[in-house]
Amino acid sequence: MTDIGWIEHALTSARPQALGALLRYFRDLDTAEEAFQEACLRALRTWPEKGPPRNPVAWLIFVGRNSGIDVVRRRSKTQPLPEEEAFSDTGDAEADMADRLDGSNYRDDILRLLFICCHPDLPATQQIALALRIVSGLTVPQIARAFLVGESAMEQRITRAKARVAAAGIGFETPGAVERAERLTRVGAMLYLVFNEGYSCETSGRDGSAFADEAIRLARLLLRIFPGEPESMGLLALMLLQHARKAARFDAAGQIVLLEDQDRSRWNREMINEALALLDKAIRHRRPGPYQIQAAVAALHARAATAEDTDWRQIELLYLRLEEMQPSPVVTLNRAVAVSKVEGAEEALALVETLAGRLDNYFYFHGLRGGLLMRVGRGAEAREAFGRAIALANSPAEAAHIRLQLDRLRQEALEPETHP
Amino acid sequence: MLYAILCYNDENAVFSWSREEEEATMARLIAVQAPLAEAGKLGPVARLMPTTSATTLRKGREEPLVVDGPFAETKEQLLGFYVVDFDTLDEAIDFSRQLAVANPGAGAYEIRPLHVFRPGAGPT
Repeated sequence: MTDIGWIEHALTSARPQALGALLRYFRDLDTAEEAFQEACLRALRTWPEKGPPRNPVAWLIFVGRNSGIDVVRRRSKTQPLPEEEAFSDTGDAEADMADRLDGSNYRDDILRLLFICCHPDLPATQQIALALRIVSGLTVPQIARAFLVGESAMEQRITRAKARVAAAGIGFETPGAVERAERLTRVGAMLYLVFNEGYSCETSGRDGSAFADEAIRLARLLLRIFPGEPESMGLLALMLLQHARKAARFDAAGQIVLLEDQDRSRWNREMINEALALLDKAIRHRRPGPYQIQAAVAALHARAATAEDTDWRQIELLYLRLEEMQPSPVVTLNRAVAVSKVEGAEEALALVETLAGRLDNYFYFHGLRGGLLMRVGRGAEAREAFGRAIALANSPAEAAHIRLQLDRLRQEALEPETHP
Repeated sequence: MLYAILCYNDENAVFSWSREEEEATMARLIAVQAPLAEAGKLGPVARLMPTTSATTLRKGREEPLVVDGPFAETKEQLLGFYVVDFDTLDEAIDFSRQLAVANPGAGAYEIRPLHVFRPGAGPT
């Protein structure tokens, strides 16, 4: 790795904590971001020669705070001063700061930075863009590419999202236990959004390759600062297990490979092992939650040497549990897949039919229904369902996968004629 | 004498390496170890999972306390170790120097002589 390479990693790694602290000092996101940016520029100038400081995060906060104060002072000549407390403690910087870092402040600083990105007024895509811009420090062009919009449009979107966050007010008081738990839950959901956006970029040929890695990195960070949260363990495990299959998910022609057809030797064993270790830890707490259950399902897939070895009965039970906890037609649809393996296509089809209406616009509903109809020999209805699925496919790869099944159906229909 | 070389680094930074960076760094580190391995002086080499995977059992009370996370919360974390047979401390320091060149940036190597060493017959 080049000098600049490791410095960039150090800066990225320090970003959430340093920016979170600067936000607490300045109580203004733009000022904090500028201050952090300035500190990074100075780091790039001085670290290659002098080597990294003993505590890079403290260094960045210190330098950032001083440069931010300069900016605030300069602005104050033309603008009214911000709140007094924003720069009331300019003295004895480093010792004071070390104290603050050693305290529990930094956990809430990081959590706050993540939390402001998941404001409920922001649509999911804006939450994702904001988190990637602010917390991860991805560039606007990088984010714009993934969302297939122009850079200036993305810039505008992020600016608007920031304005909305600022207008809503950022809570700077130290959160109580209940408030903190609520923040953790919302941040977890937002990280999973980021992760899934990366996933859907992948299926639709957009460049969101950094998203899943970022989501995993931030989920690790979240778990590091609040190490005893079983749902945070579950979330990280779930993302690792899904990400572990990345290399096996597409074939050489770019077509989706279904889970059961994937080359399991291409699954990333390191990620799987880390996830299994996390799940073991989570289960000890005996406080199951949706992420832990979904991770447990993914773990059963990961533990099966071949698709035939999959413990579908256990998966069915896990989805049943998830349905109780978080009733949703999509969860029921997933359970139907397990039912089709354990009890058979007829039983699964009966379950799937109860979802008609609620999942009418859902690709996977029609795809699964078509497959089940095909298995019970209702070819005409299967064809119709596959047709709906193709119309609803989220990507050419998904549509191609359904067409493959349609071809099989057509061949089966032809066979009696060609081989009487 | 047998030494443990304990590798400390900021895990946030290390675990955000790209696959290419990871592979290149590992290749350089393995090249540094190669002469020792050939001379039969390189013992176990281990790389640890992130501290988020750690569980700590705290002694000193009747029922030891099992807590999530690493033993100590530090700015740099123990991420791996080597066990190597060196004739002198200088050799150990020189090896660590080479590791530092192969894997530049922040972090540290702690050079710690071994008191007892049982290689064991466990999984290899």
